[in-house]
Amino acid sequence: MVALPPIVANLWCVAALLVIGAAAVAIGKRNWARWLVYGCSLTVSAVSCTIAVAHLIAAPAAGSEIVLPLGLPWIGANFRIDVLAAFFLAVIDLGAVAASLYGLGYGRHESAPERVLPFFPVFLAGMNMVILAADAFTFLFAWEFMSLASWALVMTHHRDEENRRAGYVYIVMASLGTLALLLAFGLMAGPDGGYTFAAMRAHGTPPGLAGLVLAFALLGTGSKAGLVPLHVWLPLAHPAAPSHVSALMSGVMTKVAIYGFIRITFDLLGPVSWWWSVPVLLAGVVTATLGVLSALMQNDLKRALAYSTIENIGLIFVALGLAFAFQGNGMKAAAALAMTAALFHVLNHSLFKSLLFFGAGAVLNATGERRMEKLGGLQNRMPATGLLFLIGSVAISALPPLNGFASEWLMLQAILLSPDLPQWALKLLIPAVGAMLALATALAAACFVRAFGISFLGRPRSAAASDAHEVDRLSIAAMAMLAVLCLLAGVLPAFVIDALAPVVQAVTGTRMPVQTVAWLSIVPIAESRSSYNGLLVFFFIVSSASIAAFAIHRLASDRLRRAPAWDCGFPDGSPVTQYTADSFAQPLRRVFGGFAFRAREEVHMPPPGDGSPARLTVTMHDLVWEFIYEPIARLVNALAVRLNHLQFLTIRRYLSLVFGVLVFLLLVLASWG
Amino acid sequence: MERLAFDVAHFFAGSLVLVSLMLLYQDRLSALINVFAFQAVVLALSVAWQAYVQGAPHLYLTAAIALSVKAIIIPVALHRMIRRLGIHREVETAVNIGPTMLAGLGLVALSMVVILRATAAADMLAREDLAFALSVVLLGLLMMVTRRNAVSQVIGFMSLENGLILAATGAKGMPFVVEISVAFSVLVAFIVIGIFLFRIRERFDSVNLQALDDFRGEIR
Repeated sequence: MVALPPIVANLWCVAALLVIGAAAVAIGKRNWARWLVYGCSLTVSAVSCTIAVAHLIAAPAAGSEIVLPLGLPWIGANFRIDVLAAFFLAVIDLGAVAASLYGLGYGRHESAPERVLPFFPVFLAGMNMVILAADAFTFLFAWEFMSLASWALVMTHHRDEENRRAGYVYIVMASLGTLALLLAFGLMAGPDGGYTFAAMRAHGTPPGLAGLVLAFALLGTGSKAGLVPLHVWLPLAHPAAPSHVSALMSGVMTKVAIYGFIRITFDLLGPVSWWWSVPVLLAGVVTATLGVLSALMQNDLKRALAYSTIENIGLIFVALGLAFAFQGNGMKAAAALAMTAALFHVLNHSLFKSLLFFGAGAVLNATGERRMEKLGGLQNRMPATGLLFLIGSVAISALPPLNGFASEWLMLQAILLSPDLPQWALKLLIPAVGAMLALATALAAACFVRAFGISFLGRPRSAAASDAHEVDRLSIAAMAMLAVLCLLAGVLPAFVIDALAPVVQAVTGTRMPVQTVAWLSIVPIAESRSSYNGLLVFFFIVSSASIAAFAIHRLASDRLRRAPAWDCGFPDGSPVTQYTADSFAQPLRRVFGGFAFRAREEVHMPPPGDGSPARLTVTMHDLVWEFIYEPIARLVNALAVRLNHLQFLTIRRYLSLVFGVLVFLLLVLASWG
Repeated sequence: MERLAFDVAHFFAGSLVLVSLMLLYQDRLSALINVFAFQAVVLALSVAWQAYVQGAPHLYLTAAIALSVKAIIIPVALHRMIRRLGIHREVETAVNIGPTMLAGLGLVALSMVVILRATAAADMLAREDLAFALSVVLLGLLMMVTRRNAVSQVIGFMSLENGLILAATGAKGMPFVVEISVAFSVLVAFIVIGIFLFRIRERFDSVNLQALDDFRGEIR
C-alpha cells in the first residue's frame, strides 16, 4: 500500500464529509439517517484527526501540499498542511468527533432532522477546508462555505422569530468579516496578484500597509471569533443552533477564526512589529472583561456559555498580543511562551466549551428549558451530566488541577515578563491588561458557580426540572470523553506543551524548553522563578479530599440524615424562595453593571394599605448595540430612503447615469498617470 | 507602403468619428438614417482596408456584412418603418446643437487622452484605431442620452456598435467569431427594437419615449 501524503488524505476526508452531506439531503427524514450521518462524520473526523496528530508529532519541516485544478484558473486551488494547520485541524476534528458522538444520542430529540443532518457534515468540511487552504481564493471560499453552512444550522428552527433575527444578524456580520478578509488578502497579494500564500510569504507586505492589513485581519477574523464590538451576533446565533452545533460553533469555529488571524499576522504578513500588540491587547482585554460580565448577567444557560466564549476569545487574543509584543522586540523565549499559552488555551477552550454546551444540551433535552430560573436540583436527577458539567465548569473557571488553569497560568507568566520590554507604553499597558485578565478569570469562576449552582443544585424551580431524567449513554460518553481530556491536559500539561513546541517553533521561530523532564513540572522560564506540577496538585487534592472524607465518615458519623433546610425563620416551602440566577448576580451587577450596562434597579413599593407585592425591576442596556450598531442601522436606512427614487427613473435618465459614470471613470483614468 | 497603410486607416477611422459627429446634429429622422447609412459605408471601407493591410481575408466578410446589413438593409427598413409610422417628416427637438457638439468634441478629446496614454506600448495603427473607436462609442452613447425619439435612440445604439466593430477589426488577430457574433447581435437587437417600436406606437400613438414616461406617471 502506498502511503498517501497527509494533505491528500485530509482532502479525501473533506470530500467524504461533503458526500455524506449530499446523501443526508436524500435520507434526512428517515429514522436511521442520524446513525448513518453522525456515524460517518464521526469516523471521517476521527481519521482526519489522526492524520493531523500524526503530522503534528512527526512535524516535518516542509508542509505537504497539493494544487487542484479548481478555483482561479491561473492559481488553482492550493492546499497545504503544515504544523500550524495540523494543530488546528486536530482541534477541529477532535471537536467534530465529540459533537458527532453527542449528535448520535442528542439527534433523537431533533424535531427537524432533515434541516440539521445535511449541513452538519458540510459545516465540518468547510472548517477543515479553511485550515487546509493555501491561497486567498480557496481560503475565502472555504470561509464563506463554513459561514453559510453554520448559518443554515442556526436557522434550523427558523419558525422562531428570535432565531430568524439571530440568523439575520449573523449573516450580516459574517459578510462584513469576509469583506474585511478579502481586503486584507487583496492588500497582501499586492499589485501583481500573488494570491497564493507562498507568493504572499515570498514578497512580503510593505510596512505602511501592514497596519492596514492587521486592522482588516482583526476585523475579519474578530467578527467570526467574537471580538468586542463585533461580537453581537455570537450570543444570538450560537445558542439558536442545536446544542451539538452550538458546541461546534463556540468551541471550534471560533478557533478557525483564531487560526486565520495567526496565519495572516504571523505567517503571511512578514516580520512582526511590537506596536501590533497594542490594538490586539486592547481588543482582547475589553472582549474578555465585557464577555464575562455579560455572561454573568444572562439568565439563559446557553447564552451565558456563548458570552463566556467571547471572554475566552479575549484571553486568547491577549496572549497573541503578548506574543506580538515579545516577538517584535526579539524576546524569542517570551514570545514562544505567550504563543504556547494562546495555542494551549485554544485546545482547552475547545474541550471544555464543547463539554459545557453538551451539558446545556442535555439539560435542554431533559427539561426543555434553557432559562436557569426554571431549573434547579438537577444534580439528583441527572448525576452523570451534573458531574461532567461540574468538571467543565471547574476547567473553564481556571481552577487547578484542570486544563484551564494550566493555560491561563502560562498567560500570566508571560505577562510577568513584560517589565523586560523596552517600550514604556507596553510596560504600563501589559500589567494593566494582566490585572483585567485576573479580574475576568475571577468573574468567570463566579459565572460558572452561578451556572452550575442555580441549574444543578438547590430544589427544582419548575415541574420540568423536577421530572428531569438522565440523558442517553452516547451523550454522556461524548461528555465523559471531553471531561477526561480536560483532566489529562490539566494534570499532564507538560506533554501538551511539548506537543505544541513544533507549532510554536514554526510560528515564532523558537520554542519553549522541553517540559517532560523530572517530575513533569512545567517550568516556563526558570525553576527559580516559577513552576507548576499539575500531577502533584491533583494527587494532593485527591488525597486530601479522600482523607477528609474518610475522616468525616469514619471518625464522625457515616449515617445519611435528611433534614429541612434552614429557612431563615420563614417556613415557606416554595422553591422560588431560593437564590435565583439574578439574585446571585446582583452584587456584581451593582459593582460593574452601572458602567458596563447602565443597569438601573427600581423598587416599586405598593402604597400603604395595599396588599400587592413590591416589585424590583432591573433595566440593562447593551451599550455596544445602542452606540455602534443602531446608529449604523439608522444611517443605512436613511441612505436607502434617499436613494430609493433611483429605482424609478426614466430610461433616458438611466442611460445618462451610465454615460455620466463612464465619462467620469474615463476622466479619472485620463488624469491618473 | 507602411506609411500609406497607416494614413488610409487613419483617414477612414477619422471619417467615422466625423460622421458620428454629423449624426449628433441631424434633427430630421430621414436625414439621420441617411447619415447612419453613410457611416456604415465608411465603416465597411475601413474594415475592408484593414482586411487588405492585415492580409486577413475573413475581414472582407465583415466588411460585406457591414455594407449589406448596416448600409442597406437596416436603413431601408428604418425608412419604411418611419414611413409606416408616419413620422418621416417629423422634426425632433433635440438638446441644443451647440452644447451637444461641444460635448461630442470633449468626448473625442477624452478618448484620445485615455487610449493614447493607456496603450503606449501598442502598435501605432491599433492605438489610433482604438482611440477613434472609443470616440465613436461615446458619441453613440451621447446620442442615446440626448435624443427622445425611439428611432434615433436605435440609431445611436447602432452607431455605438459601429465603434465596437472598428475596435474589433483594428486590433490584429481578433477571432472572426467575435466580429460575426457582434454583427448578428446588432441585427437581432434591431429586430427586437423594431418590434418594440410598433408595440409602443400601437399603444401610445407615438414613438416619443416621453409617452412611456408619462404613462408611468413620473415627473421628469
